[in-house]
Amino acid sequence: MMTTAYTPDMSLITDDVHPALGHWELPHFAEEHELPPRDGAPGQERVIQFREALREAMSEEMRRDQRIFLCGEEVAQYNGAYKVSQGMLEEFGEKRIIDTPISENGFAGMAIGAAMMGLKPIVEFMSWSFSLVAADPILNNAPKMLYMSGGQWGCPIVFRGNDGAGGQLGSTHSWCVEGLYANIPGLKMVIPSNPYDAKGLLKTAIRDPDPVFFLESERMLGDRAHVPAEEYYIPFGRARRVREGDACTLVSWGRPVNFCIEACEKLAENGIECDLLDMRTIRPLDIDSIVASLKKTGRVVVVDQSWPFGSVASETITQICEHGFDWLDSAPVRVNTRDVPTPYARGLEHAYLPNAERVVEAVLRIVEV
Amino acid sequence: MPRETIYEAKIEYLQILDEDGNLDKKLAKGSLSDEQVLELYEQMWIYRQFDEIAFKLQRSGRMGTYPQNKGQEANAAGSALAMVRGTDWVVPSYRENLAMHMHGMPYHHILMHWMGDERGNMIPDGVKMLPLSVPIGTHMLHAAGIGWAMKIRGEEAAAITYFGDGATSEGDFHGAMNFASVMQAPVIFFCQNNHWAISVPTDQQMNSQTVAQKALAYDMPTIRVDGNDIFAVYLAVKEARERAVSGGGPSFIEGLTYRLGDHTTADDARRYRDADEVEAWAEKDPLIRTRKYLVSKDLWDDEKQELLGERATKIVGEIVKAAEGVREPATAEFFDSMFAELPRDLAEQRDSMRTSSIGINPGQVGLSAQPERV
Repeated sequence: MMTTAYTPDMSLITDDVHPALGHWELPHFAEEHELPPRDGAPGQERVIQFREALREAMSEEMRRDQRIFLCGEEVAQYNGAYKVSQGMLEEFGEKRIIDTPISENGFAGMAIGAAMMGLKPIVEFMSWSFSLVAADPILNNAPKMLYMSGGQWGCPIVFRGNDGAGGQLGSTHSWCVEGLYANIPGLKMVIPSNPYDAKGLLKTAIRDPDPVFFLESERMLGDRAHVPAEEYYIPFGRARRVREGDACTLVSWGRPVNFCIEACEKLAENGIECDLLDMRTIRPLDIDSIVASLKKTGRVVVVDQSWPFGSVASETITQICEHGFDWLDSAPVRVNTRDVPTPYARGLEHAYLPNAERVVEAVLRIVEV
Repeated sequence: MPRETIYEAKIEYLQILDEDGNLDKKLAKGSLSDEQVLELYEQMWIYRQFDEIAFKLQRSGRMGTYPQNKGQEANAAGSALAMVRGTDWVVPSYRENLAMHMHGMPYHHILMHWMGDERGNMIPDGVKMLPLSVPIGTHMLHAAGIGWAMKIRGEEAAAITYFGDGATSEGDFHGAMNFASVMQAPVIFFCQNNHWAISVPTDQQMNSQTVAQKALAYDMPTIRVDGNDIFAVYLAVKEARERAVSGGGPSFIEGLTYRLGDHTTADDARRYRDADEVEAWAEKDPLIRTRKYLVSKDLWDDEKQELLGERATKIVGEIVKAAEGVREPATAEFFDSMFAELPRDLAEQRDSMRTSSIGINPGQVGLSAQPERV
């Protein structure tokens, strides 16, 4: 048998093709006003927990697409360490709801392989704090795979779990990873603040052909709100105006949005009405909505539950200065956690985190009363 | 109360073709046919030329860093032939270029990769392979995931992943082995034990007599083979593949070989390696023993060798021409492969090639009149 002479096929070096796009049909993204109402009709409310909204999003998508599976520690038999996946093993079976050995590095890396082989993994980290031991697969592989393969190999995968201080869990278990991870090109990052958004955003994340980091909070999993039974998809990169006002723009994402709502109510008692924006996703970041609001208020406070140095708040304020400097009537202000490891003691943890009082204080500092 | 041995294990070593080209006919049963030996010899020989030319391209400044595969061709060739092209998946590290080629990766892509072009990692349609992986060990987990996905999808196929002896010190190795074992995924873990991890010898890398024994912890069938013997490599991988596709789970193979070249072109192994050791291994070269075997069977002669040499020169010339003939990527193209759909902020960066603040808001630096206040 003679080896045939080598004839290079130059047609292989052509325009890039994203294989994931061929396989992953994108959903229809409605405009904000076309989404189902956030409040149920009186007497018709369907109030469920944040964790149930997450479960609903995963289950709806898994019924639609056989390629989706959920894996992680304790997600199957135990119904999830935080009961997010309760009942899912029963419905979808052990091939699709998978209890993995205790190795974040192991299951994150393996799920990436499965994603490249045409499946759509949802990887649950019991806590994003534990994802630090999986840094290589989640930061060095998943977000770079498309780039490093000349545009050929996408990595459609969702990493999700609890982020931020969970309530006296100590400094090693209370990480806010967004400050670190949002720095990486090639990933999308979603941080919902309420059950309604959690469902619509997680469904979008699962349909997305790129790697998505989905950050939940243990402190919000029990939050209850009306969540429509119907299917809906919230597009990435579109902020939601939570409250309308013209005294100051408040920008936040995730759990601190709830502190901001509390702060807004207190400020309103003193006649100060703030424009509160819930960013929902920080990669992509909806800077347009921030600048639009800034044009009205001239003032901005950014509230972020990660450490201040090189944080998402730092980035947001940089972009505000780049795009909206001329509309600023005072220096932008940020409220971050204190620049220390998350304290263990209850009182200290409270003092460490952003909270409504600190937000009120920040707003009052720049608003002319 | 018992106190007794509850587990005992042995590690098998397999050699079929020795370094003088003598074949153990009994052991060779089920291994390579004469036709296959001829094919593999030619593949290995052409690869060796490719490897030498790649080295020279680097030395003459036409390529970045390059890790030579010289001396390890039998591991790549024997294992690649035992896997089914277009059906099985190959998850390579960077010292099995020949296996990649035999499964459909064009050689000029491999050169492009090392010349610094991401497009060299593009995999042609129908080729089941991941781009070669330079981080040590991380790709083994991907192979475990691919094997797992095959199982979920009910495909009759297996994945093979390659790595060095040094990689077995990584946590990723143990993670991948454990996952593949727990999930009984159809994965073949192929360790190219070439004795050196850059300058660290295997006995400093691990205090284990063999690499193969590491698989015992995961209850995985495991074997050490003479990695310079295409018969032994082929047979071990063939058996592992049969086991994998019939539901027998993962296997481990340690192919004992030697890195005849430097770690990469950025390395000079003479500074830490004994010349006698290299010389001794050079005599065990897979190309030499395979040729001896073919000559002994009257399947090869000097004339054939000369023709092969001419063909190899021509082929490698074409490969280099193809790799160097690809148009340079344009700067703005590095944005194109970031996401399935380019987000607006990246599109702006691409169009303006600007990541600094200056000029985003013209009023800010006085480049134009102040915009009107709202």
